[in-house]
Amino acid sequence: MSTEAKAPPSNILTMARDTFLYELDYLLHPLQKLKGFNRFRYMVILPFLTVYHMAYLLILGLLSIMDLILSPIQRALGTTRMAYFFILPNMLVFGIFVLLPMVLNFYIGFTSGQSIRVENRDWVGTQNLERLMDCENFTDPNTCREDFFWNGVRNTVFFVSIQVASMVILALFTAISLNGKILFRGFFRSVFFYPVLLSPVVVALIWKWMLDAESGIINYFLVQLGFDRVNFLIDRNWARFWVIVVSDWAQMGFYTLILLAGLQSIPASLYEAAEMDGANAVSKFRYVTLPLLVPTMTVVLVLALIRAVQVFDQVFVLTGGGPGTATFYIVQYIYRNGFGITPAQYGLASAASLLLASVLLLLTLGQLWLARRNDTV
Amino acid sequence: MKIRTLIVVTLLLVLALSAMGPARAQDVELRILWYNDGIEGQIMRDMLDRYQEANPGVSVVLDEVAFADIHNILQTAVEGGDAPDIARITQIPRFRDYYLDITPYVADPAYWENSFSPFAQASMRKGPDDTGIYGLLNQFTVSAPYINVTLFEQAGVEPLGEGATWEEWVAAAEEVQSVTGVPYAVAIDRSAHRLAGPMISMGAVFFNEDGSMTIDNEGFRAAVNMLIDWHERGITPPDVWVGSGDQYVAARDYFVNGELVMYMAGSWLINGLVNDIGDTFDWAAVPNPTGPGGSTGMPGGAGMVALAGTDHPEEVGKLMDWLAQPEQMTEWFARTLFLPSHLALVESGVEWTGNDPANPPDPKAVAALDVFTTEIGKLAEEAYRLQYSPLIDAFNINARDRIGQVLAGELTLDEAIARIQEAVDEAFAALQQ
Repeated sequence: MSTEAKAPPSNILTMARDTFLYELDYLLHPLQKLKGFNRFRYMVILPFLTVYHMAYLLILGLLSIMDLILSPIQRALGTTRMAYFFILPNMLVFGIFVLLPMVLNFYIGFTSGQSIRVENRDWVGTQNLERLMDCENFTDPNTCREDFFWNGVRNTVFFVSIQVASMVILALFTAISLNGKILFRGFFRSVFFYPVLLSPVVVALIWKWMLDAESGIINYFLVQLGFDRVNFLIDRNWARFWVIVVSDWAQMGFYTLILLAGLQSIPASLYEAAEMDGANAVSKFRYVTLPLLVPTMTVVLVLALIRAVQVFDQVFVLTGGGPGTATFYIVQYIYRNGFGITPAQYGLASAASLLLASVLLLLTLGQLWLARRNDTV
Repeated sequence: MKIRTLIVVTLLLVLALSAMGPARAQDVELRILWYNDGIEGQIMRDMLDRYQEANPGVSVVLDEVAFADIHNILQTAVEGGDAPDIARITQIPRFRDYYLDITPYVADPAYWENSFSPFAQASMRKGPDDTGIYGLLNQFTVSAPYINVTLFEQAGVEPLGEGATWEEWVAAAEEVQSVTGVPYAVAIDRSAHRLAGPMISMGAVFFNEDGSMTIDNEGFRAAVNMLIDWHERGITPPDVWVGSGDQYVAARDYFVNGELVMYMAGSWLINGLVNDIGDTFDWAAVPNPTGPGGSTGMPGGAGMVALAGTDHPEEVGKLMDWLAQPEQMTEWFARTLFLPSHLALVESGVEWTGNDPANPPDPKAVAALDVFTTEIGKLAEEAYRLQYSPLIDAFNINARDRIGQVLAGELTLDEAIARIQEAVDEAFAALQQ
């Protein structure tokens, strides 16, 4: 056997080669007492070694070229700064496609005009923000200059409150059910997660068909049960209701999965101890499950809030923001002004997106603060 | 030595000739930013091929993009200094700062002036003092209603003709609806452009002497009240105007599915209706209903505009001039089944041939085209003024969405009018700066 100690490997490649030979010898170990084993071993190893050496030479060549390029750079920058050099490609992509648009958006929020070139736009200071905030009574969007924006704000606040609360509660009870010993547990876990995999546009189209007043399956059953047909997407209250239901249905699986993971991390011994103390199911939920699920719930709540504030695509396909402006949300206002109308109001759209970004920033900071607080508790 | 010299000289000659050959064939390449509604790109290509044969050294490329993107693509291109030579667009006033005046390159500027609508020409110009020629309106559209003739026959109701009012038409359509049991009597696309025809027919006069607009007028209120009445009585599909947020929605599917008696749309639907309805039922275009303001629809359409960023203004001008000549115009409208924008052809009528001589156009389509061609002559001046006004976009978007809010119960008509007025005033003020 060639397993005896060798000189320390000079680099990672020789270490890999030695490991390879060691593994091969280990595999062939049962055959070593056979006659002619050494010749056999040689025949087996030779092709591997040839391939290995070719790959070794290739990698070595590439590394040499890299070294030729990188060594002068490292000498110029120093070892510590080389890290920045390595993250440069990623930072370039991030800079061009994320950071630069953010900076441009910020600038455009303080300009006016029809041009898409920033240098051709007129600087108007805070005029766009002032226009958005020009309101006699913030609770009545009709008294605001940009009533579409304030309709969007009011609808978004309503949507976020109801949708997040209902979805988190539903996700929690679904997770608890799926955590129990039920039949076809794996199947049901997949079923609840499946809508998460669907595109929001597909979700909206499916529900649009189901809710159709003439040919929708929901109205079909209503008629079968003796009720009148309901044109769900024409009635303001029904439209708001279904937008929340569809969002809950589409997103609940994701949060259920997170909560399920949280539930599974609660030690079974705590439940056993509670049972020994005479706790019933409700008491176990109240005094064991809920307190230990608080960190996971916090994450779920903040993520759901951030996502709900950004509501747009699904609802845009389902209702177009209607009837009237009943399901018109802030992101649709931004879309409308930036891309949906002619002439486009890029300045207003950017200013509105800055306000939305501020809200999202606050929510994200809140999440970070809560996450840190949970870590220290 | 001699042989080697001969070989080298021969090789150099071959190289030089091969380099010169294609260069001569493509001395000038013109690019047209293009979209297709149907098969008109193929017809334009045929015509351009003939132009290229007659003009060696000029090649014309059609860069086809989706209609939904074409205006944004053009906006980016002209602002980025990378404009095509020519573009086919519908939002003609929007780009007028970027157009090329081809007057120096056309054989007879007076021919252009006399052959095309002065309003369409004005929509491309920078102001009342501008007399330049900037483009060719080669797809004209008119809004007017369609009716389901089969339903009228089944109900034993005689379709009305020229001179009938909206009230009379809607009453007839309701009678057909009640006899045949179809869900809806009448519908109009969710578009202020479609509603503007009835508004002007009912007496709307929007423009003041200085070019600003006044929304609050009798015709505007009458048309919107008519629409409100249709919704209150449930004779129009509510999904179109109420259930659509801030989007354009066509009521076309209701008509195609035979669920609608009368449908206010326009000439651009003819080919689609022929294809989608087939022999399921008979349909026809009918004249626009009459009111105190006349019997008018709204004009519209697409045009090919020359762009100032071109490196070949003369070739662009000559190509546009060639396309605008009567022979090409006649062929273009006859084959594409587009309504003529050429005034002489509007007067004389077009012999509709379609693109395939073996398959003549559907008789229903031909009849509808004749009705719409007649409607061109009836278009009110106010309709042209509105369509080709720089305030048209502000009016269209805001009127559509504010009327939608009225129908959804969010605004009163007075509040909606005030909001639309505010928007067009703002657009007018921006124009003055």
